[in-house]
Amino acid sequence: MRGLKKCAFKLCWGIFILLVVTFFLLPLLWLITAPFDAKATLRVAIPSKFTLANFQAIFRNTFAVRALFLNSIVIAGGTMLGVTLFATLAAYAIARLNIPGRDILAYLLVLFSSVVQGTAAMVPIFILLFHLKLIDTYPGVIFVLIGGLLPTGIFLMRDFVAGVPKSYEESALVSGARPWQVLRDVVLPVLRPGMMVLAVWSFVQAWGDFLISLIVMRSPAKMPAPIAIYSFYTEGGTPVLTLVSAYSLIYALPVVFLYLFVNWRYGFRFFGGIKGGGR
Amino acid sequence: MKRILGLVVLSLAVLLGVNGLAETIKLTVTARAVRGGVNTHLVEWLEDHVFPAFVQWMKAQGKDVEVEFIQFGGSDEALKQQYALDLKVGRGADILGFDGFWIPEFDAAGLVKPLDEIVGSQVWDWDGWAYIPQGMREILGYKGKVYGLALGTDVRVIFYRRDLFEKAGIIPPGSGLRWQPRSWEELLNTARYIKKVLPDVVPLQINAGTEMGEATTMQGWFMVLLGTGIHMYDFESGKWYGEHPGILEALNFYKTVYVDEKLGDARLQLISGARARTFELFRDGKIAMLVEGDWFWRSVLAPGSEWAIPNRNEVVDWAMMPAKEPGAGYRGQNFVTISGGTGFILNPNTAHPQEAWALMAFAFSREMQLEFQKIQPRIRSRVDVPVVGDPVMSEMARALLQYTTVRPMLPGYPKISYQAQLMTERVVSGQMTPEEAMAAYAEALKEIVGPENVIIVKAR
Amino acid sequence: MQKKSSSLVLSTSTGLIFLAPALLFIALFLFFPLVWVLIISLTDTTLTGPAAVSPSFVGISNYVRLFDLSRWMRLGNFGNALRNTVIFVLGSAIFGQVPLGLAIALAFHRRKGLLREIVFSLATVAWILPGVAVAFAWIAFLDRDFGTFNALLALLGFPKIDWYFDYPLYAIIIFNIWRGTAFSMLLFSAALGNIPPSYWETADVIGASAWQRFKDIIFPLVRPNLFTALILVTLWTFNVFTPYLITGGGPLYRSETVPIFTYRVAFKFFEFGKGAAIAVVMMTINFILASFYLLMQRRRPR
Repeated sequence: MRGLKKCAFKLCWGIFILLVVTFFLLPLLWLITAPFDAKATLRVAIPSKFTLANFQAIFRNTFAVRALFLNSIVIAGGTMLGVTLFATLAAYAIARLNIPGRDILAYLLVLFSSVVQGTAAMVPIFILLFHLKLIDTYPGVIFVLIGGLLPTGIFLMRDFVAGVPKSYEESALVSGARPWQVLRDVVLPVLRPGMMVLAVWSFVQAWGDFLISLIVMRSPAKMPAPIAIYSFYTEGGTPVLTLVSAYSLIYALPVVFLYLFVNWRYGFRFFGGIKGGGR
Repeated sequence: MKRILGLVVLSLAVLLGVNGLAETIKLTVTARAVRGGVNTHLVEWLEDHVFPAFVQWMKAQGKDVEVEFIQFGGSDEALKQQYALDLKVGRGADILGFDGFWIPEFDAAGLVKPLDEIVGSQVWDWDGWAYIPQGMREILGYKGKVYGLALGTDVRVIFYRRDLFEKAGIIPPGSGLRWQPRSWEELLNTARYIKKVLPDVVPLQINAGTEMGEATTMQGWFMVLLGTGIHMYDFESGKWYGEHPGILEALNFYKTVYVDEKLGDARLQLISGARARTFELFRDGKIAMLVEGDWFWRSVLAPGSEWAIPNRNEVVDWAMMPAKEPGAGYRGQNFVTISGGTGFILNPNTAHPQEAWALMAFAFSREMQLEFQKIQPRIRSRVDVPVVGDPVMSEMARALLQYTTVRPMLPGYPKISYQAQLMTERVVSGQMTPEEAMAAYAEALKEIVGPENVIIVKAR
Repeated sequence: MQKKSSSLVLSTSTGLIFLAPALLFIALFLFFPLVWVLIISLTDTTLTGPAAVSPSFVGISNYVRLFDLSRWMRLGNFGNALRNTVIFVLGSAIFGQVPLGLAIALAFHRRKGLLREIVFSLATVAWILPGVAVAFAWIAFLDRDFGTFNALLALLGFPKIDWYFDYPLYAIIIFNIWRGTAFSMLLFSAALGNIPPSYWETADVIGASAWQRFKDIIFPLVRPNLFTALILVTLWTFNVFTPYLITGGGPLYRSETVPIFTYRVAFKFFEFGKGAAIAVVMMTINFILASFYLLMQRRRPR
């Protein structure tokens, strides 16, 4: 009887996993088949007319290529560096400085950031950047993105900071290490996986940004991919499926590679210490 | 001592002279266009023809000018957002590609100004004005002032598939006869007949709903409403029609087509992104009649475009949109159409108003406009620039320009247009009856322009 | 407020230096726009049109109009958007992403191997792919005539579903579950991994069943994470804008959530005063929800 129960359990598990895999995989199939189809439709089918011509057409559009391979990378990369660095520093400082009310503060900041990332705050952000002379510059977009992502970044980072035992730090100090050595050799290695997750997360958020780039950028030479993709639309505002699918695929690849790299090298996971309420 | 002084004076003179000569004026133009992408013709015309010729011409006058076209690949709406933000803080390109019906709201906010306020009254010395009639000036005009120049205008017609009509027997095959309904009843009867004879073809598709935005108001609502004898706005009294028997008749037309007899596919008007689908279906011969602008002919169906029909001259024909009955249309017309237009305006914040105007005037000179006609023939704003190379376009222009009217250029128009789209959407989806939809429309109008500006005419 | 450092590694002054950049960015790009938004929500500011030149102070009338109960629920007004958002959050976050993420984390708890990597990677890829690409993929996936989903249904002998016309809200709910499950999955997976092995050894010794293990070991230890996941996921789901790229809020506003409604008001018609009011209301609702979660968590005995 026990064996049968175990068997049934294993069967259920297997079906569940199968469903999960199917669920996550199916919608992605179109991105893999349509770009190679000369007559791409919304259908997922083995391309009847397999071709690489869609990609050729993409690369002829220098505006869009530049958008993807230069601008998006600069913007996302800059944001990633900024958020990872500043959020880590801030999260560590907040934890060690015992700032009162820091939990509530963290939640409040995350709440406020949701307002600012919506469309309602676009006008003040634009006017602010205008006065800072940052319109149509990379730093303009990057700074706004950093500002919007920092609260959640700090929130996520606190989880990892919780995993750095103060006792380790103190014993290292006692054994004669200088503070900066302690930071480098004790704290940093523990925080590094967290920083990697944060880096990927912030890169991904910035990679997909449309609204802020639209507000801030003017030169076509600086527009990132989410805006450039509209250059593959017709005059009437309808997407040309062959080109749009090919561009989407190329646009999707860098984040996938980033994830795979980080996962392979550091393992992409949270620490597990994120708990609500007081600590 | 004298020598040194002389040298100093000479150097200063040279420096000043060089500085004076080296002052390059940089002009920027922007519009929704990307080379190799959307509106590529505009980019080709400007960068390959207009700019080089202009720079040469300026050089001959001793001025050093550089011109750059700033491409924009986003949507029209996104561009409008950028404009609003830029103009508010006083920046932006010198010449802006603009849609005429944005002007009233931008002007009300003080963001755009008429040409003569930016350039000075010498703007009227340009010889091109003699060839641009009043109607064309109004496309980018407001309250009697001119803000820019239109790249052209357009008309709207019923496009139909000759091959399907021949197959159904409406047109005897090979006869060369053309179909032209003279009333709504004739139009609907044709649709009913097609539905009976060719059951898997959608007989008539006419725009409705908020999904297609202004395209619904222009290609759909106005085409039907004008056929009942009224416009959306009464130009004489300066008020908007909120309730009127004409509106009810128009809504009932929509109801007949989409709800009662299913002569059109309502779903295609209501889902996101379905406009592309209607083009596809028309191309594949699954829609028999489609009410669209001439843009449909010269851009969508043109060779090389995504929905190009290879033998479009044989299988696609057009007919004028009839009024409800002969003589019942707006201004007593038998047929109706409406025109819009986009063009270029000057940025009031430009640092070089004279040179920017010179560039604009140059682009709208006869030579440059003819160059554009070679790339993309359409109805242009200059009467001395005829449509060349496309007999269908010429014929449409000839037949319809006499019947056309324009949208009311007022700050409230975009919101009211949206309410009209919403009204058609509610009827077409079956959500409200025509009476309810019209009542909601009138109520919304009262909120937008104030109840004193809304005309209510109850049906008898 | 004396900030006395509790760490010998980090002196107070160094700590403040660490904090400085983040504070600067937050002050400039978070607080300043936030205060602006609060202020203009009390006016009728627009970007174009006459109110742009001479905006007037209208007090809380923007807020009052949002909650005008006589017209609230009409399609296209705030009540409709709010109701859609509530259903959206309940369906895709609370009863969607979080349970599914937990289930996957449990399924692979203490298992390693290729299958785990595949499942986790697939879910994460769904989470991190750029919104534009994902939107196109889903438009294709749920298309009535050509979509893969309906192709599958046809294969199994079921009739087609016209997702975007008949069930737009369900469509975006399913989309959002697909999109965001990875976060909960990773969160719970890490939390489960932190349970000391001694607990499992004890469970083995006393012969506890799977259900008992769940009830007595896993659930209590994972509950704090559950609340955090719920708060963050609820907040994110409330504010997510990507569904706009798929259904545009339609047809007929049936899939219009509050962020899409804000976009329509603020950006299509440039009515920033009203848009700001909506944003503040949203933030308040999120605040109430977050407080609710926190209270619920603290009240239960630990």
